[in-house]
Amino acid sequence: MVNYPISQIGSGRHTLSVLVENRPGVLARVAGLFARRAFNINSLSVSPTERDDISRITVTADVEAVPLEQVIKQLNKLLHVLKIVELDPDNTVERELVLIKVAANERNRSDVLEIVKLFRVRVVDVHPESLTIEATGAGGKLDALLGLLDNYGIIELVRSGAVAVTRGPRALSEKVIGSTVTGR
Amino acid sequence: MALPTPLQAFSGVPNTPDDSANHSAKTSVSSSSSIGETMTGAQALVRSLVDLGVEDVFGIPGGYILPAYDAINDDTGFRFILSRHEQAAGHAAEGYAVTTGRVGVCLVTSGPGATNMVTPIADAMMDSVPLVVITGQVNVSSIGTDAFQEADIVGITYPVAKHSFLVTNAEDVPRVLTEAFYIAKSGRPGPVVVDLTKTAQTGEMRYSWPQRMILPGYSPTTKAHGHVLTDAAKLFTTSYRPVLYVGGGAVRSNASREVKQLSELTGAPIVTTLQSRGIVPNADHAVLGMLGMHGTVAATAAVQRCDLLVAIGARFDDRVTGNVAEFAPAARVIHIDIDPAEIGKNRHVDVPIVGDVSQVLDDLIPEIERLQSVHGRPELDSWWKTIDNWRESYPLRYDEPTDGSLAPQWVVEQLSAKASPDTIWVSGVGQHQMWASQIIDFKKTQTWVSSGGLGTMGYGLPAAIGAEIGSQRDFASKKPVWLIDGDGSFQMTSEELAVAFFEHTPLKIAILNNSVYGMVRQWQTLFYDKHYSKTNLEDGLAGEHDESVADIPDFVTLAKAYGCLGIRAFTKEQALEAIDLANATNDRTVIIDFRVWKDAMVWPMVPAGHSNDDVMYKPGVMPLHHTPEQHDTALESNADAADSTTTEKKG
Repeated sequence: MVNYPISQIGSGRHTLSVLVENRPGVLARVAGLFARRAFNINSLSVSPTERDDISRITVTADVEAVPLEQVIKQLNKLLHVLKIVELDPDNTVERELVLIKVAANERNRSDVLEIVKLFRVRVVDVHPESLTIEATGAGGKLDALLGLLDNYGIIELVRSGAVAVTRGPRALSEKVIGSTVTGR
Repeated sequence: MALPTPLQAFSGVPNTPDDSANHSAKTSVSSSSSIGETMTGAQALVRSLVDLGVEDVFGIPGGYILPAYDAINDDTGFRFILSRHEQAAGHAAEGYAVTTGRVGVCLVTSGPGATNMVTPIADAMMDSVPLVVITGQVNVSSIGTDAFQEADIVGITYPVAKHSFLVTNAEDVPRVLTEAFYIAKSGRPGPVVVDLTKTAQTGEMRYSWPQRMILPGYSPTTKAHGHVLTDAAKLFTTSYRPVLYVGGGAVRSNASREVKQLSELTGAPIVTTLQSRGIVPNADHAVLGMLGMHGTVAATAAVQRCDLLVAIGARFDDRVTGNVAEFAPAARVIHIDIDPAEIGKNRHVDVPIVGDVSQVLDDLIPEIERLQSVHGRPELDSWWKTIDNWRESYPLRYDEPTDGSLAPQWVVEQLSAKASPDTIWVSGVGQHQMWASQIIDFKKTQTWVSSGGLGTMGYGLPAAIGAEIGSQRDFASKKPVWLIDGDGSFQMTSEELAVAFFEHTPLKIAILNNSVYGMVRQWQTLFYDKHYSKTNLEDGLAGEHDESVADIPDFVTLAKAYGCLGIRAFTKEQALEAIDLANATNDRTVIIDFRVWKDAMVWPMVPAGHSNDDVMYKPGVMPLHHTPEQHDTALESNADAADSTTTEKKG
């Protein structure tokens, strides 16, 4: 029996990659479907792809496998959804971007810069009372970085949400049958 | 075939009116081919409907759909049925679609006209009824500005429609309509919304037909592939207590013949949901009736005790399964459904088969025959003995009224007995709906119209009008329409009597008038300590008419107001006379106000959330419990009290 709400503590992290037609209103339909099923999205990012008629939505969520399957099936019923895959973490490159504004003055700035160096991330803005750091990487790395920077006081932060792509030469959009979306 | 128009429906709304003018001018120049007749989008709409073979359209005009209505003339190739409320137009289209198997079409205005359509859209979605709803929309340049009578109907209907389109350009009208009809009818049928901006209606375009559809994300599976058919056939050869659980999907797929054939071939009994009543005639020995909350004991028990459950176009609704964890506990499940998302949604499935029901059964039957020729057919005698024992021990029964009024179940029995075998039966929602489903002797498929999934009160009258229009269109009025309605349900859309008069759709309406919201009252009796909070309607007292007490409304006077024949029946003699008169009257609508007992209850019953093993044949009698006294629930004691005043009669 499916048990809603389906996002529960201890559920595994899953990453869905959804190819949709690049049109207004599509994201609202996809997001609405998640909302209707009380499916707590961990992160969601969307942008056009190598084909400008197709957009790609990457959704990560902590959810059990059975309700996830139901959500995938429901997503597949949306006419604007072209293709859905659940990405296998072992065969996927996943990245996220985060901008962190840390409270850092002349006393502890060098300590923060040391951490920046260790994590091989970049400082993009300097102010006598703050440093803004740009970091990309898998979710775990960013979590670790944030854990360390937390000691200095994080003033503000923003995360992009994960984007992910499978390893190897194949494109997901190749699987879109009858590529008539072109020319719209 | 015409090439797709380059600019799509659902395209972005330009930022400024100037942009919009330039934009549409550009596209119409670039895309205008040398072929095609020049016309406006509104004219293209009407032309497309005709080219799509639409013969009947329901709706009400209004400001932002006026260009489309202006394009409808006396010589337009379809009949237009003017309703009195948009919701009713939607339900009428549903009744039309269910009885004829075609797509129901509605044409309404923007804003409130469109939002009034939300209920029938949601209703059609739940019951998989093919519907195309065309709504007016404000000018493209006004979208999003809270313009007069603007409502984001595309946004509103995302969760309750199969799909919704916003059309901003006249060029797109014929193609989008082609797509809308294809989506509504193919795969799992459902409602499709086409929101037509006034810009698209007044814009000029070149009309060509047919149109090529662009639906890259839509490809319904109709044929079963791979080993699933063999797997399913194997299960039949090794199962000794099979049951066919047939749902509305089988009706939509017109699989009446196939279901009967499968039942005959395998010897399996047929249980139906509310939606599929009559798919195989009740007279067939294999038909056990409806299962679930108000199903027969035999049907519910057979499913609880089966070892093979074959779900055919059914979706394991909670009104069917009761507590789903305890539903058919020993059964392996074959699930045939055209919608992959239904498979495994509520119940684990052993053999999932995605495909059109009649197509799948046509392929499955030879496979079973092949295996039977090798392994033989399992011996089902003891299974049938058990089933027949349930059937004989627990037939449908009801209590006689104690206040001198009619028993509503008796009224339904008489209606069924006296009706023509071709009758199309329509119901509202409530107790009367359950009695109609339980008691009517269904003789043919597609002769039962009722709101199941959404349970929309007020569905009955407009759906009956739609069914009658369908009967006139496809069956030369040879299928009379009987509406069985409740006094509560009927009042939600009674204004449609005007439509029945002006459109010459002579209905036969039986109002089972118990003067209360009966189903709610039943629950109040059983689960809320007989606290009858706000369920009295005061629209019909039992016993002979007392002039000093006004019934609001007086259904006989109401009938007269709308040019209908109104009859009131307090006694059995009056009731039989009224039914005969109604059956003989074919030139106008007849309303019979049957005064029935307000304490009549729908039995059997599985209380909501309980296991189907708790099916209660009548208060205190639970056939699937070996020791019923151990299950001493509050429900039983309450129900016992209700029962003590009544006498018993075998139905």
